[in-house]
Parts: sequence; structure tokens; C-alpha cells
Amino acid sequence: MSAEGGETQTKVRQFITSNFYVPDPSALADEASLLDQGIIDSTGVLELIGFLEDSFGVKVEDAEMVPENLDSVARIVAFVGRKKGTL
Amino acid sequence: MTRVLDPRALDIDAAAETAHIAARMTEIVGRELRRRGVVVGLSGGVDSSVCVALAVKAFGRDRVRVLLMPERESSAASVELGRKVAAQFGIDPIVQDVTAAVEGFGAYRIRDEAMREVIPGYGPGWKSKLVIAGGTQGGLNYFKLIARAPDGAAHEARIGPRPYLQIVAAQSYKQRSRKTVEYFHADCLNYAVIGTPNRLEYDQGFFVKNGDGSADVKPIAHLYKTQVYALARHFDLPREICEGRPTTDTYTLDQGQDEFYFALPYEKMDLALYALNNGFSAEDLAPAIGVDAERAALVYRDIRGKRSTTRPLHLRPQLIRPVPEVT
Repeated sequence: MSAEGGETQTKVRQFITSNFYVPDPSALADEASLLDQGIIDSTGVLELIGFLEDSFGVKVEDAEMVPENLDSVARIVAFVGRKKGTL
Repeated sequence: MTRVLDPRALDIDAAAETAHIAARMTEIVGRELRRRGVVVGLSGGVDSSVCVALAVKAFGRDRVRVLLMPERESSAASVELGRKVAAQFGIDPIVQDVTAAVEGFGAYRIRDEAMREVIPGYGPGWKSKLVIAGGTQGGLNYFKLIARAPDGAAHEARIGPRPYLQIVAAQSYKQRSRKTVEYFHADCLNYAVIGTPNRLEYDQGFFVKNGDGSADVKPIAHLYKTQVYALARHFDLPREICEGRPTTDTYTLDQGQDEFYFALPYEKMDLALYALNNGFSAEDLAPAIGVDAERAALVYRDIRGKRSTTRPLHLRPQLIRPVPEVT
């Protein structure tokens, strides 16, 4: 992962663990499904999109709002990387 | 092994079900709640109309107070239909327009401010609705604001969390104002308040907490929407009600419940929920609702997701330590 990818990962983890009150942030695996674990719900998805758009200057299209892009820390980091062309 | 999901699984014996509900309502209201009758807010939709019919069966028309509570954006046809239903049971309804209350809270203004964050020109004369998207196409649920300008031009935009929450919160003043009126009447008469959700709405959390979700007894929360329609026919309710499509009557553009909240029209949602509740697989469900197994699995995921997301709406206020003397 590039230095920028690492920075994205830190920011995304920080947002998810603090905004959604993850009880034990260190136990949240990068690959863990945020939906299956009940960490984010539909309003949470909207908040996550808002965070990504505000923090990384990317525009998330409707068709991109799928679990493959957004349902784990690793997927979000990869998605942001693809959007920014940095991975 | 494949199991056949028969739509007739939702058939009910309307007369027996009516008798059972009426008997339980009398027990609950009269003995457990110790109230003398019930208040029903009648919207002109099938659920509240059936609740009025059940209440009359349980308590007699003299112990059922029916309230019609339009506001300036609700459909005029709803009030007329409500009057018709009340008249069928020999009840003179009380009409309490809640526009002034909703206006007093600033709800219309606050909502329109949020609308303008999404569609900048939004203002007086515009009509709008929120539409759900994504969930059953394999994506994540999100909402779109669809608006029509006074000149007829259509606008559509995905809505972010802040304006979305503000619009829903402002609109919820309508349901909460109505419930306040219902409890006023209940308190005056020593009556209980009826909640009118059907099983789909109750299970999937399609109600406003402390708004239409608030009640002392919910007589049809165990009935699928298809079954509520069966009771409507049993009571010989007006044709427009027995044949009507569920709408929210909360937003200014016509909005079916299936575009605002549910993934499918109610007949299919009923079957899907029944199938999930009774252990049918997505493969079993698929042919019954005319989709492939993959889409049926997405419907199951959507139902489970909404059930889990809206669980807090059902919870009583949570205590830090138990207070065992009060249950």
C-alpha cells in the first residue's frame, strides 16, 4: 500500500471506529463486513459517503454505492484509492 | 429441498379473526389498561379504517372516538374517505386540522430549508417526495429527493445525511402532532389510543417513534397487509379503501409506500416476510414473487437489514440499572 493509501486507511478507520462507537477498535479487522457486524446501517452509509466526499474530494456515484466498495475498511480504502487513482 | 410457497398461506378466516381481535382488545383495554374505550386516528387508508371497524366491534360505536387530522399537504380525498368510513359505522368524527400545530413547530419551513440544500431553487409551490433506491439491486439503500417545480420541471438528486435527517425529522412533526391530539382526547375520555400498523410496518419499523408508532394497543400489528385487506372486505369498507394502494400521504408528491420504504409492492412484501418468518429459503421465495433466487436473497437481506436498523424504535427507554419493582 502507498503512503497515501496508509493515510487513507488511518482516516477511514478513525472515522468508522469513532463515529459508529466501535467498542474495541483494535478488534475490527480490515476485511470485516461493516453491515453484517451491525456497525453501519442505512443512515450510517449516508454518513460514510458524506465523510468520503468531504475528506477525500471524491464524488461517489449512485452506481458505486454497493457493498463491494463500501462494506469493510479494506474495501473503502481500495475504493477511495481507485477514485483518486493512487492505488 | 425446495418447499412450495403457496400465496394462500396468508388466507384468514376473517370472521374468526375479527372475533378474536375484538375479544382481546376488550380484555387489554378494559382490564389490563383499565380504560373505557378507544381513540382512533383515521387517515382514510385501509389500516386505520379496519382498526375503526374492529374497535366498533369490540367496544360499540359510542366508545370509539374517531379523529380525522388532515394538514395542509395531506390529500383532500383522505378526509372524505375517512368521513365515509366513520359514517358507515354511525360515528360522527372529530376533524382537527393539525396544520397550525405543524406550522407552529416551524416544520414546513425547516423541511424546505433542507430541501434547498439538495435542490437550490426549492420553495413555495414545489412538490416533492423521498424515494428509496439501491437496496434490492444489490446496492446499499440510499434516498433520492424527487421534486417538481411549479413550472412542471422535474428534479432529482441523491440526498446526503444531514438534509435527509432534517427532512424526515421535520415531516415527523405531522405524525407526532396527530398523536398528541389523540392522547388529548384519550385523556379527556379515559380511553386508550389505538396504533394502526400492520405487520409489515411493525416488523420493518415503518413508523415514527412517538408519532404513529405510539399507542396503547396495536390490534392489527400481527396481520400481513394482505390480511388487513381481507378484513376490509369482510367489513364491506368503501371500494376505494379495499382497492386502494398504500401511500404515505406525508409528502407533497404522490408517494407509494413501496417507493419510499419497502422493496416490493405489498402483496410480494407480505409473501417475502411470511416466507422469511417461516423458514423458506430464497430459492423457495423466488418463484412466488416472480424473481430469481439472487434477487430473492437481496429481498431477504433488505428485510433483515430494516428489521435490525429499526429495532431501537421498538425499545422502551433503556435504564442503566434495573428497577425491578416496575415492569
